[in-house]
Amino acid sequence: MINMFEVVETNKMIEKENLDVRTITLGISLLDCIDADLKKVNENIYNKITMVAKNLVETGQEIEKEFGIPIVNKRISVTPIALIGGAACKSPEDFVTIADTLDRAAKKVGVNLIGGYSALVSKGMTQADELLIRSIPQALKETERVCSSVNLGSTKTGINMDAVKLMGEILLETAELTKEQDSVSCMKLVVFCNAPDDNPFMAGAFHGVTEGDAIINVGVSGPGVVKTALSKVRGENFEVLCETIKKTAFKVTRVGQLVAQEASKRLQIPFGIVDLSLAPTPAIGDSVADILCECGLEYAGAPGTTAALALLNDQVKKGGVMASSYVGGLSGAFIPVSEDQGMIDAVQAGALSLEKLEAMTCVCSVGLDMIAIPGDTKATTISGMIADEMAIGMINQKTTAVRVIPVIGKGVGETVEFGGLFGYAPIMPVNKFSCDDFINRGGRIPAPIHSFKN
Amino acid sequence: MKKTIITVVGRDTVGIIARVCTYLAENKINILDISQTIVQGYFNMMMIVDMDNAGKKFDDISADLDKMGEEIGVMIKCQREDIFDKMHRI
Repeated sequence: MINMFEVVETNKMIEKENLDVRTITLGISLLDCIDADLKKVNENIYNKITMVAKNLVETGQEIEKEFGIPIVNKRISVTPIALIGGAACKSPEDFVTIADTLDRAAKKVGVNLIGGYSALVSKGMTQADELLIRSIPQALKETERVCSSVNLGSTKTGINMDAVKLMGEILLETAELTKEQDSVSCMKLVVFCNAPDDNPFMAGAFHGVTEGDAIINVGVSGPGVVKTALSKVRGENFEVLCETIKKTAFKVTRVGQLVAQEASKRLQIPFGIVDLSLAPTPAIGDSVADILCECGLEYAGAPGTTAALALLNDQVKKGGVMASSYVGGLSGAFIPVSEDQGMIDAVQAGALSLEKLEAMTCVCSVGLDMIAIPGDTKATTISGMIADEMAIGMINQKTTAVRVIPVIGKGVGETVEFGGLFGYAPIMPVNKFSCDDFINRGGRIPAPIHSFKN
Repeated sequence: MKKTIITVVGRDTVGIIARVCTYLAENKINILDISQTIVQGYFNMMMIVDMDNAGKKFDDISADLDKMGEEIGVMIKCQREDIFDKMHRI
């Protein structure tokens, strides 16, 4: 039978170390909403989402109360809208009406974000894909809860450089349209290489076409728990360090697995995956950077950071896969800047640069995340940053992403406030040298060879 | 049977267990196991209970205990056993 120490340990994790379930994300297929009539598509989408997700928030709250574990977000991901709106939308403005519908549906069922205003263009763009991409700035400006993502490359297809070039321009336009609010819309826009179909985390969540009609995916978190566990093994060797991370990740993931199964049972929607990501928040003690420091670094970004992050990421996965049979999504450690107080401190201390962050993305999940850059950064420069990150994902057969915020009207040294879970960020300097001629070539980077691994 | 864990943490005072147990008895909640310690003046109690025949819903019991905790000046939490079981048992 459960003993008091175990109960106290679990409750201490929840109360003092910010253990929570970061999100229950309900994936909904909208493929059956397709129609050639725009009004009808909008109607179908609204009806389907509000019907399938009507009990999502309430069920999440019930589980929270019964198990005493906070479930921070209840969210929805849908089939990439470029596929759903393709038959009906003849202009970017037509696509924006669908974004409005998603926003209305999200508000109706009470979820705080809805993902899937997306296009998958890793090899080529259809006309619908391009229209959707061109509608992103307006769609994100008009809506409050809609998140957008674009998959620009994959290990199997190479990188669509035309789309990379376009996204550099779209990112700046998105920033420009909300320049009065520090370009906040860019927080809801992310580009990927090898985007997973079952990612529960925003802004990149969408319900892949390989998925069923509806599915429950759960994202766990818990950097604070890992950090506290590591503080008890200071000075010990790497074996002890790895073992401690692994055991902690196991415990954290088991909670996610429990919540996922309960939600699935109560909503009568199949359980998909648990995403084992260590996702930080701006709350003190809920930081991935602090774990790196606990491993023995003065600041995140110091020499040794990539190695520390690599082992952290690997041990989290090793502990997590033992705890849940269905692990998926992004699974690893997130290293957003604005959402992690330890990262912000590292940037302000001059320990962490954009280039080091790029190196770190080679060994962890996701990529350049929630990084504020000067508003006068050129579109081609942003495209260059995206291309670099996509290349890392393509060659290393992993998911990489870019979510940068060019803050219009602000420059290096200034900070920008995003509010709530999104935190604040110091604006980081970007390499000033040009990549215009490279980006303007157009076309595709071919898929890499899968042999001769070196 | 779905077991529930009730934990009480706070400054020690007279009659904490008595009040909680009276409430549980009134609501037909059976206590299966109870353990208690005092660490540095802090009262720590854990009960394993069976709520299958309880007259009220889980939510209401949880809210009642929460309120009682506030009155006594301790924190009372009510959680399904599964969360501890899943975390600490393979």
